[in-house]
Amino acid sequence: MSGFSIIIAGVGGQGTVLASRVLAQAAVAQGLAARTAENIGMAQREGSVQSHVRIGQPDFGPLIPAGGADLMLAFEPAEAVRSLGILKPGGVALVNTAAIHPVTVTLGKSRYDEAEMRRFLQEKAPGVKFVPGTELAVEAGNIKTVNVVMLGAAAGLGILPFGPEVLLETLLAMIPAKVLDVNKRAFELGMGAAGV
Amino acid sequence: MGLPKQLLMGNEAIALGAVEAGVNIATAYPGTPSSEVLGTLATKAKEYGFYAEWSVNEKVAMEIAGGAAYAGAKALVAMKQVGLNVAADPLMSLAYLGVQGALVVVVADDPGPHSSQTEQDTRTFAKFAKLPVFDPATPEEARAMTVAAFELSHRHGMAVFLRPTTRVCHACAGVELGELRPGKVQTAPGFQKDPRWVIFPRLSYQRHQWLEQQRELLSEEFSAAPWNFVLPGGRLGIVTSGVSYLYVREAVAQSGVDATILKIGTPYPLPERKIREFLDRVDAVLVVEELDPVLEEGIKQVAFAAGRVLPIYGKRTGHLPYAGEYNVGMVLQALQRVSQGDDAVQLESAPAAELPELPVRPPVLCAGCPHRASFYAAKQATKGLDAVFSGDIGCYTLGNAPPLSMLDTCLCMGAGITVASGLQLAEPGRTHLAFIGDSTFFHTGVPGLLNAVYNRIPMKLIILDNSTTAMTGHQPHPGIGKTAMGEAVQPISIEDLVRGCGVEFVRKADPFNLKDAVAAIKEAIAFAGPAVVIMERPCIALFKKTSVYAVDEDKCINCGRCLRELGCPAMAKAEKPQIHATCYGCGLCAQVCPVGAIGEVAL
Repeated sequence: MSGFSIIIAGVGGQGTVLASRVLAQAAVAQGLAARTAENIGMAQREGSVQSHVRIGQPDFGPLIPAGGADLMLAFEPAEAVRSLGILKPGGVALVNTAAIHPVTVTLGKSRYDEAEMRRFLQEKAPGVKFVPGTELAVEAGNIKTVNVVMLGAAAGLGILPFGPEVLLETLLAMIPAKVLDVNKRAFELGMGAAGV
Repeated sequence: MGLPKQLLMGNEAIALGAVEAGVNIATAYPGTPSSEVLGTLATKAKEYGFYAEWSVNEKVAMEIAGGAAYAGAKALVAMKQVGLNVAADPLMSLAYLGVQGALVVVVADDPGPHSSQTEQDTRTFAKFAKLPVFDPATPEEARAMTVAAFELSHRHGMAVFLRPTTRVCHACAGVELGELRPGKVQTAPGFQKDPRWVIFPRLSYQRHQWLEQQRELLSEEFSAAPWNFVLPGGRLGIVTSGVSYLYVREAVAQSGVDATILKIGTPYPLPERKIREFLDRVDAVLVVEELDPVLEEGIKQVAFAAGRVLPIYGKRTGHLPYAGEYNVGMVLQALQRVSQGDDAVQLESAPAAELPELPVRPPVLCAGCPHRASFYAAKQATKGLDAVFSGDIGCYTLGNAPPLSMLDTCLCMGAGITVASGLQLAEPGRTHLAFIGDSTFFHTGVPGLLNAVYNRIPMKLIILDNSTTAMTGHQPHPGIGKTAMGEAVQPISIEDLVRGCGVEFVRKADPFNLKDAVAAIKEAIAFAGPAVVIMERPCIALFKKTSVYAVDEDKCINCGRCLRELGCPAMAKAEKPQIHATCYGCGLCAQVCPVGAIGEVAL
């Protein structure tokens, strides 16, 4: 059965849940089947989080099996590495460049080698594209729009089962009116970053 | 014709299914992964004319829903799996008495577990209580089963379980809804006086027999129900339920194994006739179900009774694990072992790409969380005392993590107080401190505190009052002054409640005033009897921040104390400590800095 699966990896608080909802809602609006699975609860608070989105495979579960994702949206580089096993060989990975150091690193209880993360991703995922998502979110006007920048970047790749305008329209219908402009800017900046 | 498909979370689909069924009364206590069921119902209650409440705990919620159903209401009660333990007493008796309207008991299980103390299986509980249980695989099925559960409960006059798991509750899918029905709170025929509502041993004996008759009746009914169906194929049989059904579908598609699949939607009572018919089609069976081997044991009983001898693989044979969540890869491997023999399969999973060393990223207390300040104050106040810290269930369970390391025990809701009491009795000379959140205090904290006062157990209690039920998504509780349906009510004062329990030493403190908070805890420890300190500061999710803090690099002596002692996620190590934009302005670091190098800056 053909379908399109997206793994979203990030840190609790980065808005992975909204990103997966927008993707799934856009699919449903196009008459496609969609399933998501998310971490809600304890893992939210600055912990590693994953959202799974599966489009066009109604008989399969919401969790993408190992090596089953067509696309990875990683909001944080170490989380990209952690979830890389879910990406298909030859799948596309969009990775936000900004690292978030957990408290364990600050306390000297674990290590975060940013150069090593980048090297590993480039070696194991030749389709990787780095996006300065956090910078673009700040440029758009709110650091919290990293998730929307990454959605825009995904739309900009032109490989989703729906066009960028569908995704943007879906997003704008799901968020409060007072943040429409900043999110629209974030989405467009993201699109530009991936379209290169 | 249904309405167009909507993207719904499983819990939303259950809630809307209940509205379709005409629910009159809905109750719940929040708990991951169940919380959005009542959360969604509460937003629909006024529009559709029914009643929804966040109850004080699950026992209360169960009894209210049960009482409403005595009077003919269609009632729903929702909780997580460990909440059912709290509600077990009324539930077991309600099973015997039955109901007049309808009673649907939604209990969310959490294989993994992702956010729970146990991996208990509510299908096993349903069997124990002798009540029928629906086990949905998807949000779509959860909605349909909710509607069916109301109908079944009403028709048979018995409580019915719906048991979704995390991957149903917190999964989204396009769901086609039926018409949402305005329900009203008061329903005909109302409560009819009758000895059937008064549980006595003689009645219990009769109703026990009735429950066993119901099992046989329902097994036959379920054999013909759409919730149990066969996908025909080859002579290898697979029996599965819940979300595992979807993993089976994917594993079968990937492997190309020709199998006959029996999907069970009602694990109790099992559809025995349906199972016998399925067994006639197959020569071997693989059972795929998360948690307890409910189907596996049931299938064996049915096969034995039917005189069928055939291999039945599953948990007992080591093909699949008892603990944790399943996935497609695990089912694929079990399927290969069964279809090709153990030797044909490389049991070690293919070596995953060697990952570089990854930073460990556990969940932590938020930047600006008042609990961090309360724990830090308690740590300072107990320096040199060899105190023991008993925690409880909520965000503050995260106080266990270094560098705070302020949690030596955690058992279940409300147990911080009582475990500390037990420890205090066994170790009279040691300082025993318990922590409990505001919502948890209302839930099951009060009886433990009463007990400590009555029995003169001098444990010390710190109530972490952040004015919400934070971990599960900010549901209101009796101390908030707002109901689930958004009505303003008189808040119940925790201080008054504590004094009402007879506690003589009660102090309120602001955790963000470190000096005062430390002094209050020290005084409590010095007090001869049980003593309570209430730490009052709202959760950061409840307000917009008004300032942040910054390190003055010229003044900073780089001692590292702020980083080392607080574990704040907004702080990071560079040349000198840095404070990021995620700072929420609690100011604890500024109070910890020995040289005054951290100060408040305007936003």
